Amino acid sequence: MLQKIYDWIDDRIDITPIWRDIADHEVPEHVNPAHHFSAFVYCFGGLTFFVVVIQILSGMFLTMYYVPDIENAWKSVYYLQTEVAHGQIVRGMHHWGASVVVVMLLLHTMRVFFQGAYKKPRELNWMVGVLIFFVMLGLGFTGYLLPWDNKAYFATQVGLEIAEQVPFIGTHLKTLLAGDADIVGAQTLTRFFAIHVFFLPAALFGLLAVHFILIRRQGIAGPL
Amino acid sequence: MSEEKQQVSRRTFLNYTLTGLGGFMAAGMLVPMLRMAVDPVLQTSGGGDFTNVGLAVDDITTEPQRVDWKIDQVDGWYESEVSKSAWVFKNDKNEIVAFSPVCKHLGCVVSWEGNEDYPNEFFCPCHNGRYYKDGTNVPHTPPLAPLDEYDQKIENGMLFLGKVRTREEAKPREEA
Ligand code: HEM
Ligand code: FES
Repeated sequence: MLQKIYDWIDDRIDITPIWRDIADHEVPEHVNPAHHFSAFVYCFGGLTFFVVVIQILSGMFLTMYYVPDIENAWKSVYYLQTEVAHGQIVRGMHHWGASVVVVMLLLHTMRVFFQGAYKKPRELNWMVGVLIFFVMLGLGFTGYLLPWDNKAYFATQVGLEIAEQVPFIGTHLKTLLAGDADIVGAQTLTRFFAIHVFFLPAALFGLLAVHFILIRRQGIAGPL
Repeated sequence: MSEEKQQVSRRTFLNYTLTGLGGFMAAGMLVPMLRMAVDPVLQTSGGGDFTNVGLAVDDITTEPQRVDWKIDQVDGWYESEVSKSAWVFKNDKNEIVAFSPVCKHLGCVVSWEGNEDYPNEFFCPCHNGRYYKDGTNVPHTPPLAPLDEYDQKIENGMLFLGKVRTREEAKPREEA
């Protein structure tokens, strides 16, 4: 049945070469843990992406209950955590995943660094990776405010003070992030929500696409 | 260079027009969005109202005391009552000083003589930030700037406090 559907589509738009191009590649021996167990270090990039997928899916489902409003944000998180079936699990995935993703990202970065895989011709992809790192930190920072509890509030207060230390544009940068020159409040929460759920994920998708296209074009770096 | 006129082909002309038109359309879309996003930065902050903090001038001593009061805060569409506090005292020149307790390092709350080891100083517990009595940060502690000060005025013998200003912004104090 599935085969029939596939053939019907393939007949018309010839999709086989498309997915072959994307998916049908041999894993070089030096990257395959079945040959050399130490090659497991090559998994960290894929694991980072895996956790990103978890973050995106769990985040999408969290927004079914979450409200970015200072009267209701905390209550909505409390509700989804305590009253909604499996809400605790989905929030837990997002909460712990946010830390795991950074750990994976660092392990991946360390592998690339210590293997010298960032060297010519792969410098560009290292730079893209650095941008991904900043976007990820941004996601962690903006997401942390969303539950609107005391920890979230004061962590953001401190984070904004740090942004204010930037030379020359610090005060403006802080206002731009917080939505108000002095208050961390209603406008800060809506801004952080928009950045967390729309702006940074969009940036992340773009960067990941470039990251993966470059890997496809350049191949994985050779054995040491 | 030749005087000859540069020939613009039909194709080049259309390319320019299309690019220009596309640019205008893109700008027309993006400008309102960006202006909306940066609006808070461009908003001029009002002079700020003064609030009676419930402290009589006669009760202000040379020993910093903490005063707490409430103000009505407007945050976009959200109005609420929030607490403010200050460390108030008279300095050597008999001027009233009202420091904001917000640490200039990363924004924790400082207290007068908050640590037994550092008498006669403001102390921040978060990273051992310290300030002299005149608000100047003690060198080689984390804060990089002196404590902020409240605008103040005195009416009917009561202290009124207003907006917080950094030392550079602060106006010279008027004679009480
Ligand atoms: C790599 C991607 C992401 C990271 C690292 C991340 C990180 C975080 C963090 C640290 C929190 C605070 C959670 C807590 O304290 O329990 C949070 C909350 C939240 N995030 Fe994300 N996030 C990511 C992607 C997304 C996406 C794509 C969406 C939506 C489409 C989303 C929606 C939310 C929502 C609605 C909350 C508030 C609910 C809650 O606090 O449990 N997140 N995120
Ligand atoms: S916040 Fe006060 S010393 Fe760091």
